[in-house]
Amino acid sequence: MHKEAAIREPLILGHKTYHDITEDVCRPIEDKAPRMWYILFGIALIIGLYGIGCILYLLGTGVGVWGLNKTIGWAWDITNFVWWVGIGHAGTLISAVLLLFRQKWRMAINRSAEAMTIFAVFMAGLFPLIHMGRLWLGYWVLPLPNHFGSLWVNFNSPLLWDVFAISTYLSVSLVFWYIGLIPDFATIRDRAKKPIPKKMYSIMSFGWSGRAKHWNRFELVSLVLAGLATPLVFSVHSIVSFDFATSVIPGWHTTIFPPYFVAGAVFSGFAMVQTLLLIMRKAMNLEAYIHTKHVEYMNIVIMVTGSIVGTAYITELFISWYSGVEYEAYAFINRATGPYWWAYWAMMTCNVISPQLMWFKKLRRSLIFTFVISIVVNIGMWFERYVIIVTSLHRDYLPSSWSMHYPSHIDIGVYVGTIGLFFVFFLLFARYFPVLALNEVKSILKGSGESYKNMPDDHHPEPTEPTPAVVAAPEAPVTEESASEAKSEETTEEASTEVATDDLKKIGGIGPAKEKRLHEMGITSYADMAAMTPEKIESLEKETGDPMTSAEEWMNWAKEAQELLNANK
Amino acid sequence: MADKVIYAMYDDDNVLKDGAKKLVSKGVKVSEVFSPFPIHGIDPIIGVKDTRLGIMAFIYGLTGLTLATIGMRYFMVVDWPMNIGGKPNFTYMDNILAFIPITFEFTVLCAAHGMAITYFLRNKTLPGMPAQNPDPRTTDDRFVMELRTSENAQFSAEELEAMLKETGIVELDQKDVA
Repeated sequence: MHKEAAIREPLILGHKTYHDITEDVCRPIEDKAPRMWYILFGIALIIGLYGIGCILYLLGTGVGVWGLNKTIGWAWDITNFVWWVGIGHAGTLISAVLLLFRQKWRMAINRSAEAMTIFAVFMAGLFPLIHMGRLWLGYWVLPLPNHFGSLWVNFNSPLLWDVFAISTYLSVSLVFWYIGLIPDFATIRDRAKKPIPKKMYSIMSFGWSGRAKHWNRFELVSLVLAGLATPLVFSVHSIVSFDFATSVIPGWHTTIFPPYFVAGAVFSGFAMVQTLLLIMRKAMNLEAYIHTKHVEYMNIVIMVTGSIVGTAYITELFISWYSGVEYEAYAFINRATGPYWWAYWAMMTCNVISPQLMWFKKLRRSLIFTFVISIVVNIGMWFERYVIIVTSLHRDYLPSSWSMHYPSHIDIGVYVGTIGLFFVFFLLFARYFPVLALNEVKSILKGSGESYKNMPDDHHPEPTEPTPAVVAAPEAPVTEESASEAKSEETTEEASTEVATDDLKKIGGIGPAKEKRLHEMGITSYADMAAMTPEKIESLEKETGDPMTSAEEWMNWAKEAQELLNANK
Repeated sequence: MADKVIYAMYDDDNVLKDGAKKLVSKGVKVSEVFSPFPIHGIDPIIGVKDTRLGIMAFIYGLTGLTLATIGMRYFMVVDWPMNIGGKPNFTYMDNILAFIPITFEFTVLCAAHGMAITYFLRNKTLPGMPAQNPDPRTTDDRFVMELRTSENAQFSAEELEAMLKETGIVELDQKDVA
């Protein structure tokens, strides 16, 4: 078993067992969805449907309903496309690149980050498709024999490279994600009580049984897919940047684009992961798995990639002057001081200055600050693409054709609609899919779990008796269970006579705020918590008038408190 | 011949691993292990050979590379030599740089999907297949070791069970199969 340095912050907080991990992740799927979920889903769905309406109107009328004109042939559509593809970079980077680097902190976030990636790439793919105007002829981008004689698609064109790059990226990410999901679907299947979910998860889990040989293959397939997906992550946005870099438009025609776009993509992707996960961990009580350390790691990535992006901006400026090409120089002067100066400076502020604040440890470990910055970064990255695309186009070589771009309400509707659709997908994912990679998180529990790390015999683990739980119940078959129950009743009685204060935060789902409220209620020790009964809880909740959590959660706390008590003995 | 399957359940991966080591050293054949996550180091103990899927991925990748090269050479050089910006496609080598992105993407596409499909077929994990884990808890926090009397002819079922009980199991179950 892999051992981690004791000074390294644990990745799983609190006293968790394998079963606790299953419980914590599966409970939100099995329980009824909270009202907030329905509200958010409703809002996202309405926005998404409005977007679909706009798209249908566009398809019925023509691309002319966008605010494009003869000079500015690409604007919000391609901006949104590049923005979404960029956001779609973090997931596979986290699950593939960090897998190759054996970064264990990825395990808590890779599942949802990858889901985000896939949904973001869906949204990205929409834009080139609707930009075709005649969506039903979309298959013309494929090299198919056709009725125009032997006319093929142009394999020399970056636009066609894009077709291959994006579809490969999407399908490989999807397969990678789904292969990881199968064992976790099996867990949900085996827990499911109602027939319909059981049937659904049984189909989705492909009959996974967790055989040793299957796990052997699973690990290799994950590793090889990670190896294949890693160059893919870098190639996709490089190729997206070729769409611009291979042209001869001043402001686009630069060799710095591929690395600059990739860094920008990772930058915005991680920002989106932060936005989503900071909400998700709170809403789904996953604070023990996705905590400040994970957020800090991601903030460091944001800081590094943000600095690369900043360097690229400044390099671009320098080269536009140093190259001596006056058109190139004008493109950049126009960006900073022309009619779109506000977009340029919004981009500079959001993308260059804000990530530099992450140098301060206090700030990068602050969740609220991170949340704000993550949104700022995504706004900034949208403006970056807007600046690159629109300001480079709007003043071309012929001053008589200079123009401005004003988005039509369809432009705005389609963009906002994709955000709505994205959240529709993500909320469905959070509701029905295991948002944490159960099997991976379980495999790091002993190496990086807080309770295991703090065990006194950490450095000399007895091979046959690695956990206190096992020491307590070896040898005998299951009849032991009833005996241990009887034993636990005794300990409850003994313990409740003592007056003690314990760290209640060690119980999963209790943070500092809840601990304070519990103290106010007079629950200060594990014994107090373990002694809770459904009646007591009801009367307590009635007294305060503001229910803290569900009855099931209370009973889980009581159970965990009991386990902590047993462990302390 | 009557075959008995003995399922020994553990609640810890390391206990199972040590148990398996002990049993194997006594000459017992462990036919299968079911676990909620990969137990590292179990494969050599119970005699599971390393998978060759990686080799297959390489072969699929090579196939993709070849197909992409042949395809693009045919489309762009043989069938309809396009002249783009005064740079005609006379030979494949002339314009090979422009063909690299798609060659790469197609190689990855074939390697990844070929391997994934092989993985599903070899595992016999396909949509709608029935689950075969002996206990639903093996996908949660339990680890099950499976022994078969037919594979351990030198021991009786009772002897096997007695040996298993020494390895720190939490539950024991057996089943007759025809």
